[in-house]
Amino acid sequence: MTEFLQYLMTGLTVGSIYGLVALGFVIVYNSSNVINFAQGDLQMLGGMLAVAFLAAGLPLPVAIVLGVAGGGIAGLALYKWAIRPARQAGPLALVVITLGVALVLRGGAELLWGRGYFSLPEFSGHETLNLFGVTIVPQSLWVIGITAVVVVGLSRFFQSSKTGKAIIATSLDPDAATLMGIDTGRMKLLCFGLGGVLAAVAGVVIAPIAFTYSTVGLMLGLKGFVAAVLGGLGNFRGALAGGLVLGITETMMSGYGRSDYKDAVAFLLILVILIFMPRGLFGAAGGERV
Amino acid sequence: MSDIDKAIGMPRGLSTAGGPRLRLAGQGGVLLLAAILLLLPWLLRSGFQYHMAVMIGIHAVIAIGLNLLVGYAGQISLGHAGFMAIGAYGTAILSSRFGWPPLLGVVVSAAAAGLLAFAVGRPILRLKGYYLAMATLGLGMIIYLLISNEVWLTGGPDGLSLPMLSLFGQDVDSPKVWYGIVAVLLLVAYWMAGNLVNSPLGRALRSLEGPEALSAAAGVDVSASKVRIFTVSAVVTAFMGGIGALYAGFISPKSADFMQSIELVLMVILGGMGSIPGAVAGAAIVTLLPQVLTAVEHYEPLIYGLILILVMVLMPKGLVPTLAHRLRRSRS
Amino acid sequence: MSDMQISGLSKVFGGLRATDDVSFHIAPGTVHSIIGPNGAGKTTLLNLMTGIYEPTAGEVTLGGQSLLGKPFHARVAMGLGRTFQTPQICHGMSAIENVMLGSHLGLDGRLLPSMLRLPGIVRGDEACREAAAGWMRYVGLERYLDAEPGAMPYGALKRLEIARALAGKPRLILLDEPAAGLGATEKAELSRLICRLRDEGVTAVLVEHDMKLVMSVSQHVVVLNYGKKLAEGTPDEVSRNPDVIAAYLGRTH
Repeated sequence: MTEFLQYLMTGLTVGSIYGLVALGFVIVYNSSNVINFAQGDLQMLGGMLAVAFLAAGLPLPVAIVLGVAGGGIAGLALYKWAIRPARQAGPLALVVITLGVALVLRGGAELLWGRGYFSLPEFSGHETLNLFGVTIVPQSLWVIGITAVVVVGLSRFFQSSKTGKAIIATSLDPDAATLMGIDTGRMKLLCFGLGGVLAAVAGVVIAPIAFTYSTVGLMLGLKGFVAAVLGGLGNFRGALAGGLVLGITETMMSGYGRSDYKDAVAFLLILVILIFMPRGLFGAAGGERV
Repeated sequence: MSDIDKAIGMPRGLSTAGGPRLRLAGQGGVLLLAAILLLLPWLLRSGFQYHMAVMIGIHAVIAIGLNLLVGYAGQISLGHAGFMAIGAYGTAILSSRFGWPPLLGVVVSAAAAGLLAFAVGRPILRLKGYYLAMATLGLGMIIYLLISNEVWLTGGPDGLSLPMLSLFGQDVDSPKVWYGIVAVLLLVAYWMAGNLVNSPLGRALRSLEGPEALSAAAGVDVSASKVRIFTVSAVVTAFMGGIGALYAGFISPKSADFMQSIELVLMVILGGMGSIPGAVAGAAIVTLLPQVLTAVEHYEPLIYGLILILVMVLMPKGLVPTLAHRLRRSRS
Repeated sequence: MSDMQISGLSKVFGGLRATDDVSFHIAPGTVHSIIGPNGAGKTTLLNLMTGIYEPTAGEVTLGGQSLLGKPFHARVAMGLGRTFQTPQICHGMSAIENVMLGSHLGLDGRLLPSMLRLPGIVRGDEACREAAAGWMRYVGLERYLDAEPGAMPYGALKRLEIARALAGKPRLILLDEPAAGLGATEKAELSRLICRLRDEGVTAVLVEHDMKLVMSVSQHVVVLNYGKKLAEGTPDEVSRNPDVIAAYLGRTH
């Protein structure tokens, strides 16, 4: 039982990270129908920037904030210079463009920081807690806590702020939103920025537990995408739940099964879900998104 | 005989100006490619240049097969490296562990890939757009992980060596002979793909790119047709995967990973969706680009990424269709 | 008897009876129209005929054979042709290739012979190209043979679809709002085309809003209202039917 709880804790931590990246996918996809394959690399960028700012002598909290801001700015730039100029292109071309951006981010990171492995110090010391025999790294609590704060904050933002509502209007019906005087281009830009921020937050909070390096983004992005699809791609709560399901299943697989097939879990899960439940685990009720 | 037909009778002797000209253009493409492939050896100076030509040829055949699926039938696959790996590993295991003749290994592996594609095709190809992308990606990743982890069979990260191919009792070890083999395969693939897309069956497959109602209204069985073209492209990819493994003499899981799948799709998209010469051009660019970029080693991913973004922003239909369109416009 | 027989056809969505016990017969070689105010259930009926929906009750037969349980493409193979309200055209093909697509069912569709371009394939393909050119001339599109559909006017695309459906040599052709989106001249041309089909004995079913077109081309009209058949008869009979007049005046549409 203790072992199970231990795995569950690890799964929740990893799952929160997948959930954050998945949220980024969903927000970008809802607003502009683009699957941003650079989402994982934005996460890498956030972590790397925080490491670099810390190394430059800035205090940890400042480095963290700057890292997150960097991810957001990269998201904005991605929309402005890569997505918007190609807005008449088909979805395939947009996939290629975001892959191109992913490569640019990776290449840029290698150029600036090399191919080494980096990590951040833990946010609040590294003394582990013990709860019912389960060892808990404090950083895990940071990860889960920050994810919870982000999710609550985001739903507040979408439900009650004027900008949040305008974004939702844009994703539901861009033409109607334009008629209502909403600058849909601006809303899409914002969503890409938000996607960048979410990815960077994930990158920063996980950096004390898992190494960050230039090529880490690929698998992270794929897992985040899997989590988003599990949740029905387009469904906000589904994305987070998809991340948690993925994180927990993966951890259980490496704990009780074969750890070398840990990464296979995501892809097996996605095949099964897509074939038997094409609308995701938590089926988006808002019609078929194909 | 339908009522309409009886009533109206078929009109005869009408101008079919489009027909012969279009078909000639198709044959012209094959002839042009044959001429290029015949003349190219005069330009190739080193063994390395032959090596690049062979690699381009292998990739071009795969890109042609993948273009039938992605470009013509409009169904994305982000997992074709998995089929390539089935061809490569199947050939390696059958020939080096079981002592089969290598070419038989290639054919059997390609057939196995075809069977797999046929079996998983129906449920997977029901999906559309990003979901299909995700499912094929998952399929490819699972094949990749099996290959990386089942060390007893595949050698894991260490890879596998293959015996040398021998034809008519002669070992094929010269790059020039390999060039000849791959050139013939490329010509055959180019010719057959051109025939297919301009046949009644090919038009049925091409209609899949549009809405399903359109295909169905023309009597096309949408799901069976999708499975069919998916299987064809998997067989072609696995076959060339096997040939490529024999040529290289060694394979490792890297050839099956996600980036390999992406490179294959890039060849199709960069060169031009729904364009057979485009697939060849795309294969050449994607194969040569990393070589060109070694001069600027540290910038490689950066420049690679920038090129992708620029090409897609400036010519989203791909190089060959865009250039052909501009050429036609400037002429008229 | 034959060609299409619709008997007791019903379709229930949730609690809504979108089609409610509708029966009528389409005789061979006639032009039928299905009309009715917006929301009367015309599109549902059409989707039941083509197999996009399966009925809750009732039967649809074509040439004496039941169509139920068969997917759309299989019904096409049995002789059902259809055009769409918004033309469904494949933009990756030229205009004539779109029409050729319509006749692919009668041709050799084996993979290997197609790839090798065996003589049988070539013969079939050439015959089908010639026939397609004929159909394009028939619908008045001879100048668009090799045009890209993207460069053709809307009205031409609608007629291109009719040509594609005709190329499949259907027993019966369903035209879904063929006049929608057309200008006055194009409507007049369409009316002439349908009259020509009618005079040459083609069986056609129109779902149409344009009353002038319906009244001038059809031999038989079926009026739907709230999913039920309200009236049927010749255009004259129907237009004098008080129930029909009430249904059209009593509802805004």
